[in-house]
Amino acid sequence: MDKANVSETEERTFQARIDAEEKIEPKDWMPERYRRNLIRQISQHAHSEVIGEQPEGNWITRAPSLERKAILMAKVQDEAGHGLYLYAAAETLGVTREELIDRLHTGASKYASIFNYPSLTWADIGAIGWLVDSAAIVNQVSLQNTSYGPYARAMVRICKEESFHQRQGYNIMMTLMKGAPLQREMAQDALDRWWWPSLMMFGPHDGESAHSAQSMKWKIKRRSNDDLRQQFVDQAVQQAEAIGLVVPDPDLIWNEARGHYDFGAIDWQEFERVISGNGPCNRQRLAHHKNAHDEGAWVRKAMAAYEVKQRSKARDVA
Amino acid sequence: MADQMQLYEVFVRSRRGLDHKHVGSLHADDSAQALEYARDVYTRRGEGVSIWVVASRDITASQESDCESFYDPLDDKPYRHAAMYELPEGVDSL
Repeated sequence: MDKANVSETEERTFQARIDAEEKIEPKDWMPERYRRNLIRQISQHAHSEVIGEQPEGNWITRAPSLERKAILMAKVQDEAGHGLYLYAAAETLGVTREELIDRLHTGASKYASIFNYPSLTWADIGAIGWLVDSAAIVNQVSLQNTSYGPYARAMVRICKEESFHQRQGYNIMMTLMKGAPLQREMAQDALDRWWWPSLMMFGPHDGESAHSAQSMKWKIKRRSNDDLRQQFVDQAVQQAEAIGLVVPDPDLIWNEARGHYDFGAIDWQEFERVISGNGPCNRQRLAHHKNAHDEGAWVRKAMAAYEVKQRSKARDVA
Repeated sequence: MADQMQLYEVFVRSRRGLDHKHVGSLHADDSAQALEYARDVYTRRGEGVSIWVVASRDITASQESDCESFYDPLDDKPYRHAAMYELPEGVDSL
């Protein structure tokens, strides 16, 4: 058999395995485009976890009580852990951590555009936990069945931890809504600013999505952007109403026939603007990440030097 | 430096009486450090009572693609399975 025939046979075996709902593992043969597509998606996901620490970290020192501070610190620590699970999953595809971080810094690799919005008030911490983490959960639950084994297993661990994130956020909103008029206004203002970016988190409409069709065939993605977005809207509207918040969408209405909420048009121009680097905080987020990375260089150096010293000590004893 | 760090595989025993189970991997300079990182990364909610860390390069693994040569001789020994032995009438379980 010539080379083209070999890879054709391998590709058929590969697709048959996926069609049979079997997982693809790191050492298996896979099409180069599957590998690249996964590296793109997983690293984007990892970067989002890590960059997402910034808008929340912004409020750790100003949390309104010691308990809220401890909770927020635990949540931000979780996000760092989630980033690590995902980087480790991406690395099984033959890319190094350094390459992934470098691609983030050069802008070659993206992260969720929602983290380019500022967290202006304490209520934003509530809105982020409730809406952004809810949206993430809707997406991640479906990814627990993704076809690449290490990615699917990372998702299972992450989903276990996310429900705490969502609940602590909703709890902040609920507490504010039981408070003084100014506190209720603050909660409503946070919802007003975070609602639409949350809907954009699911990405372009199915027809417009650049990677969707192939990703569905390979079962990297399991449900379409619009399908996931609809589930999120149906859940969140009910949760908002339960504590007296008003979703900022005049077109929002229950559609009895569909059994879902109809909602207004998303401003895709804003989405494009923010994802291509011109949201309110894009430059700040990247500059902060680069800075933290550079300022940590001496720690990494010291750890390596310590290791070398320990090894030479051990040799001397022997 | 980061690029000199080794890859470690992490195994966690969730409670006494159960096996250590592979939970993921991480980079560290040595095994003591890997153990500390593993605690922070994989057991933030009391997921385990004991952790093993093993340098990934020390693991020797068989491959699924080698299945044939590795396991083939085992498939022709049905007498190793209880199901091969038929029970007489009147004996429902043994």
